[in-house]
Amino acid sequence: MNRHLLSAADLDRTSATAILDTAEQMDKALAGREVKKLPTLRGRTVVNLFFEDSTRTRTSFELAAKRLSADVINFSAKGSSVSKGESLKDTALTLEAMGSDAVVIRHSMSGAPHRLAGWIRGSVVNAGDGTHEHPTQALLDAFTIRRRMGRLEGLRVVIVGDVLHSRVARSNVILLHTLGAEVTLVAPPTLVPVGVEAWPAAVSYDLDAVLPKADAVMMLRVQRERMSASYFPTQREYSRRYGLDRQRLARMPDQAIVMHPGPMNRGMEIAAEVADSVRSTIVEQVSNGVSVRMAVLYLLLGGGEPA
Amino acid sequence: MAKVPETGSNPPVSTAHSSSRDSMPRTILDATAVARIVDRIAHQILEKTGGAGDAVILGIPTRGAYLARRLAGRIQTFEGIELPVGSLDVTLYRDDLRLRGVRPLEETDLPSVGIDGHLVVLVDDVLFSGRTVRAALDALGDLGRPRAVQLAVLVDRGHRELPIRADYVGKNIPTSLAESVRVRLSEVDGRDCVELDPEEGDR
Repeated sequence: MNRHLLSAADLDRTSATAILDTAEQMDKALAGREVKKLPTLRGRTVVNLFFEDSTRTRTSFELAAKRLSADVINFSAKGSSVSKGESLKDTALTLEAMGSDAVVIRHSMSGAPHRLAGWIRGSVVNAGDGTHEHPTQALLDAFTIRRRMGRLEGLRVVIVGDVLHSRVARSNVILLHTLGAEVTLVAPPTLVPVGVEAWPAAVSYDLDAVLPKADAVMMLRVQRERMSASYFPTQREYSRRYGLDRQRLARMPDQAIVMHPGPMNRGMEIAAEVADSVRSTIVEQVSNGVSVRMAVLYLLLGGGEPA
Repeated sequence: MAKVPETGSNPPVSTAHSSSRDSMPRTILDATAVARIVDRIAHQILEKTGGAGDAVILGIPTRGAYLARRLAGRIQTFEGIELPVGSLDVTLYRDDLRLRGVRPLEETDLPSVGIDGHLVVLVDDVLFSGRTVRAALDALGDLGRPRAVQLAVLVDRGHRELPIRADYVGKNIPTSLAESVRVRLSEVDGRDCVELDPEEGDR
């Protein structure tokens, strides 16, 4: 595995599968244990550098690092010297001077983790950068699908909603394609990014036509905080055409699953009864996230000194 | 690690009739011998534990896990009791990850009875430095509190680096550090045998 995990495109099929397999074994190693802790990363320091709000990703990384006995420093832009105007580079060099072995970074600017990787000696893990990528989310989604369906090869995964602003969609398209799944993106034309023809995915504007053949349907959050213009007339209209409600759930094959990276807008892209149904993997995705991030940290940091 | 000085011309210590060339792996135990040893260890476990009433057999992957299953199978044949059997991966507890880099994890599969209050019999293929067993003992400590822990190995090749000793030994094979012992089992390798290879392996 590379020293950093910046993009889902850093992973070929072998290394992606290795991460998923490792996550599976991590899960089994900790299943039903009283002491949910492994000594593997004792003495290593992981810095969670979060310039953007996050609940599940930050706590998930924190828990993953702690379960492997690493020391964790949480750093959020609010209440730090960043609010005094410190640059990303200076912040990073300060943290490195304190001896961090890995930096998990979330930033509102696409490409921030790439810049960071050029400045510091330790490993960098991208925990979401702007509208660019979120590779560990894609890994945990792939892990969840593989666990529920038994495989990824040849499966049809439908990703629905705000593809334009979604780093989750981008990373998932890349990773699922690498792992042999067929991805279809469904979105209003205004929320489909320019250049999507070059992505290894099909595009449709008609959710009802796609659902009957789907093995997994991934609903994306409508990201109001990134929307500067109006991309659709009303919430109600969006929900009517692209929301997953009970009628649409009934059109899906019986064994097909419903996914959502969270946080959800219940009633907007997903109906509450769908989100809470047995076909929904939303809670599972969260717990799988810890296992997958443990696998990533183990594979990045478990071996020799970072070069 | 203290390295025993080795000159390439030295024959392996245990060689009785060394007609084979030095560069070729030598078979120490064939399939029949391996089967006899598994039978014997199964009997010894029954004898030493007074019927193995509360025993749980845990194999260390990869080959230790298969040996554990074979032992449990033989014990069932001899005494008609079905012992809980599982596997315990110790990779995450190893002390050489930083030295040798990460390695893929193997399956951990604990029997549903757990290990609290049970006699745990750890099973591995080769006992060498003892570091794998140390890692396994650490892992067991995180899993619960066994009544006692015993160790069964197919081969003891010496060169211990820790104060660890096996309760059940299939065969003692004196070796030099330059040699490697390869245990092959039909479940993974298609045949049962133990070979001594004069070339240093990856262990």
